[in-house]
Amino acid sequence: MKAGVIVFPGSNCDHDAWYALNQIPGCTAEYIWHENTSLANIDAVVLPGGFAYGDYLRCGAIAHFAPIMSAIKKFAAAGGPVLGICNGFQVLVEAGLLPGGLIRNAGLKFRCEEVRLRTETANSPFTANLARGQVLRIPIAHGEGCYYADDRTLDELDSEDRVAFRYVENPNGSLRDIAGILNAQRNILGLMPHPERACDPLMGSTDGLAILQGLLSAVPAAR
Amino acid sequence: MTTITPDLIALHQLTEAEYQKIVSLLGREPSYTELGIFSVMWSEHCSYKSSRLHLKKLPTRGKLVVQGPGENAGIIDIGGGYVIAFKIESHNHPSFIEPFQGAATGVGGILRDIFTMGARPIAVLDSLRFGPLDDPTVGARNRRIVEGVVSGIAHYGNCFGVPTIGGECIFETCYNGNPLVNVFALGVCKKDEIFYAKASGIGNPVIYVGAKTGRDGIHGASMASAEFTEESKQKRPNVQVGDPFLEKLLLEACLEAMKTGAIVGIQDMGAAGLTSSGCEMGSRGDVGIDMDLDRVPQRETGMTAYEMMLSESQERMLLVAEKGREEDVFAVFRKWGLDAVTIGTVTPDGLLRVRHHGEVVAEIANSALAHEAPLYDRPHTRPLAVPRAPSEKPTPLADHTIALQRLLQSADICSKRWIWEQYDYQVRTNTLTVPGGDAAIVRIKETGTSVAMSLDGNGRYCYLDPREGAKLAVAECCRNLATVGAMPVATTNNLNFGNPERPEIMAQLVEAIEGIAEACAFFEAPITGGNVSLYNETLGEGIYPTPVLGIVGLLPTRPPIPTGFQSEGAQILLLGGIGNSNETQFGSSQYAKVIYGTLWGLPPALDLGYEKRVHDAMRAMIDAGLVESAHDCSDGGLAVTAGECCVAYGASISLDSALAPEMLLFHEGPSRIIVTSKQPQKVAGIAQEFRVECVRIGVTMKERLQIRNREQMLIDNEIAHLFSTLEPLLFPNGTHLHV
Repeated sequence: MKAGVIVFPGSNCDHDAWYALNQIPGCTAEYIWHENTSLANIDAVVLPGGFAYGDYLRCGAIAHFAPIMSAIKKFAAAGGPVLGICNGFQVLVEAGLLPGGLIRNAGLKFRCEEVRLRTETANSPFTANLARGQVLRIPIAHGEGCYYADDRTLDELDSEDRVAFRYVENPNGSLRDIAGILNAQRNILGLMPHPERACDPLMGSTDGLAILQGLLSAVPAAR
Repeated sequence: MTTITPDLIALHQLTEAEYQKIVSLLGREPSYTELGIFSVMWSEHCSYKSSRLHLKKLPTRGKLVVQGPGENAGIIDIGGGYVIAFKIESHNHPSFIEPFQGAATGVGGILRDIFTMGARPIAVLDSLRFGPLDDPTVGARNRRIVEGVVSGIAHYGNCFGVPTIGGECIFETCYNGNPLVNVFALGVCKKDEIFYAKASGIGNPVIYVGAKTGRDGIHGASMASAEFTEESKQKRPNVQVGDPFLEKLLLEACLEAMKTGAIVGIQDMGAAGLTSSGCEMGSRGDVGIDMDLDRVPQRETGMTAYEMMLSESQERMLLVAEKGREEDVFAVFRKWGLDAVTIGTVTPDGLLRVRHHGEVVAEIANSALAHEAPLYDRPHTRPLAVPRAPSEKPTPLADHTIALQRLLQSADICSKRWIWEQYDYQVRTNTLTVPGGDAAIVRIKETGTSVAMSLDGNGRYCYLDPREGAKLAVAECCRNLATVGAMPVATTNNLNFGNPERPEIMAQLVEAIEGIAEACAFFEAPITGGNVSLYNETLGEGIYPTPVLGIVGLLPTRPPIPTGFQSEGAQILLLGGIGNSNETQFGSSQYAKVIYGTLWGLPPALDLGYEKRVHDAMRAMIDAGLVESAHDCSDGGLAVTAGECCVAYGASISLDSALAPEMLLFHEGPSRIIVTSKQPQKVAGIAQEFRVECVRIGVTMKERLQIRNREQMLIDNEIAHLFSTLEPLLFPNGTHLHV
């Protein structure tokens, strides 16, 4: 099983995702440079956290033009599992692979802390190892993590059971407390919290492990 | 051609004698560009001309020291084939002028010092000093400075991808016009992959990499002269603007280029930019550097040689590569979208030769710049006289519970969560501690070793007695490391002082250095580098002498020992004992500051031998698995420390002492740690082994903190009322300032 961790200029959680994935038995992670145009031999894709291109413009706005993005779109369209963490979530939203937008935190400050997330659906490969209502402890670290979308989109996410996680205590003003969402095909998950930071008891929580394991279990059998 | 006049010399902050030395070293009058080059290399900042003589007193050797002072950072062997590189730097003045960019570029500068040695930065800590947030005249400005500095640090560190994991933040009136922003950074690399800032190999190319050169930061230290303005046509802000994204690219590109094996030596362009990187690399290698400024990537047009040599544009590096392998280096920088240009060559003549528009505009022996810099034995008398007794006998608060609450709500002691939540303290998934504890810990994934770090300084103590204050700061750093079970191995220091040309200020500096030297030698934590920041004065008013110590310790990777109480019914022990105090020493305490609003006397008395035995006992208790929590008992004394431990659980504490209650509760005697354990006999046994006191003072319980002395209840409060944060002080009107 091969997981590809995308490296944009300015990605800075790429090493962390790579490390966490490589700790999972049966998984080998490798870095994929943003200028690559193919994802040959890759079974699952992670867009890591960071500040792609410095995020001086809207977060993720430049990264979504990177050559690798068309390969990711193709990969996702074919059913391949894609996980966007923090900046990776912002890139997926900018790329139109997930709806809505991520804007400046309501408190206008960067926030780094452990938060509690409520699992909203078990109906996705990423959350299949979790029970609906299960509360996870996973850290956040972002300045622009306030999830925003119009009411129609929010209603759609709710009615299609595509909200994967909500904050138990909303740290950033996200509408309807949304922390992570799925695409309609349920093979793309974007979330602001960092599961790769919660994979080792030494780091205070191992609740992120289930999400990464879910990503790997989402690999279609045929691949 | 600019004529060198006495005025021009003075504007470059060179004395007549220094100028004559320049003339005799050159054997002729310097050119304008050469004058600029000498002025920055011989500035206090680059040459340490006032402090160098005394810095030699610091212990620098140790069995784990791979690189001591003199390089971009100190290096320590942590075993398993790995080393750590670390140093502290100040960015005080820029942070006052422009808090956000001043602090941000302070972070950027120290990070480059680390990765220029081949080490990837894995931790940043900050030591911050500001004027009081409630100062009647400049409180609002102080609050803006705090907000700006904190956002600047967050902006740079978070984007770059280094965790900011701890530090300290203190408020005193003396920092009103002169805040201190000291940034510590630490990185890790393989022992056989260290890079040095040394040029070698005659004919090797000198390559410029990173950001383009602009007019920013020229003469950051001093200048905005008439002549200077005339030359450059416009005044530029002296504070540089940082680009953490570019620095991140520079980090990755440098580390990748180092792996090609084509790089011979590398140095960041920090203070004095091209000048210092060129001449320092040359002088270390005992070679010359011949550079052509026409090839330097430039952000602006029409820059003069003077401007280019003195520019402090950020995110730039100078490196020497093996001749013929330039393309290996260029390819890496191209990949990361960065400029990399050969601007010169290594020569055998030992000269820094600078060409511009086909002419040689400077030709100076590297050794003249680096080794012939002036060295002053400035007169030093006795440190400033301070009151040894209060002007009138103060009355302690009758209600000690209220006193405790006021202390816990005070700016120095309250939780700094508002600050550290803005820092990504977890990126790189090595941080084992949450900020706010005694020591911060990162694990080294490759070795099973962890590194603990603590920053400490105490301007109040040092103002009253610079020598003892400095020793106490070293002791507190080492104690903080001991509370997590770490053994101190090396030290970096940032000496923040006033004007060294005043003999009483110079005396503070000399005393503090000697105090640090004694204590660091005693704790076997040699100094591997650091920084001296002098002239921290505004309108003739100096800051408290503020040496800030950064001490690094090692421990096996394991779950960290927390500071707060962890369970109900655990025994509380005061390792080191109740200690002692008197009216003279009590004048330096936080109680005197917060309740009495004054400062007098002497710092607490320190017995280095006893202090060290307390640390050894602490480590032995942790290694034996006996300790649930441990918290250094320092600012605010026993009651404040106990209050800080009461996050999840409270405590019932019973003391037996003849000290006056306010002294018993709030004196700041060193060598004390509050420890909780379920096996108090074994803990006491270890204390006995190390010949230190360990008093059982109580037991943890739910919800309340109670402290009695001889059956008299002194403090009784719900723990929910004890926790306090910076926000009410920072936003007194209830509204958050929006940056």
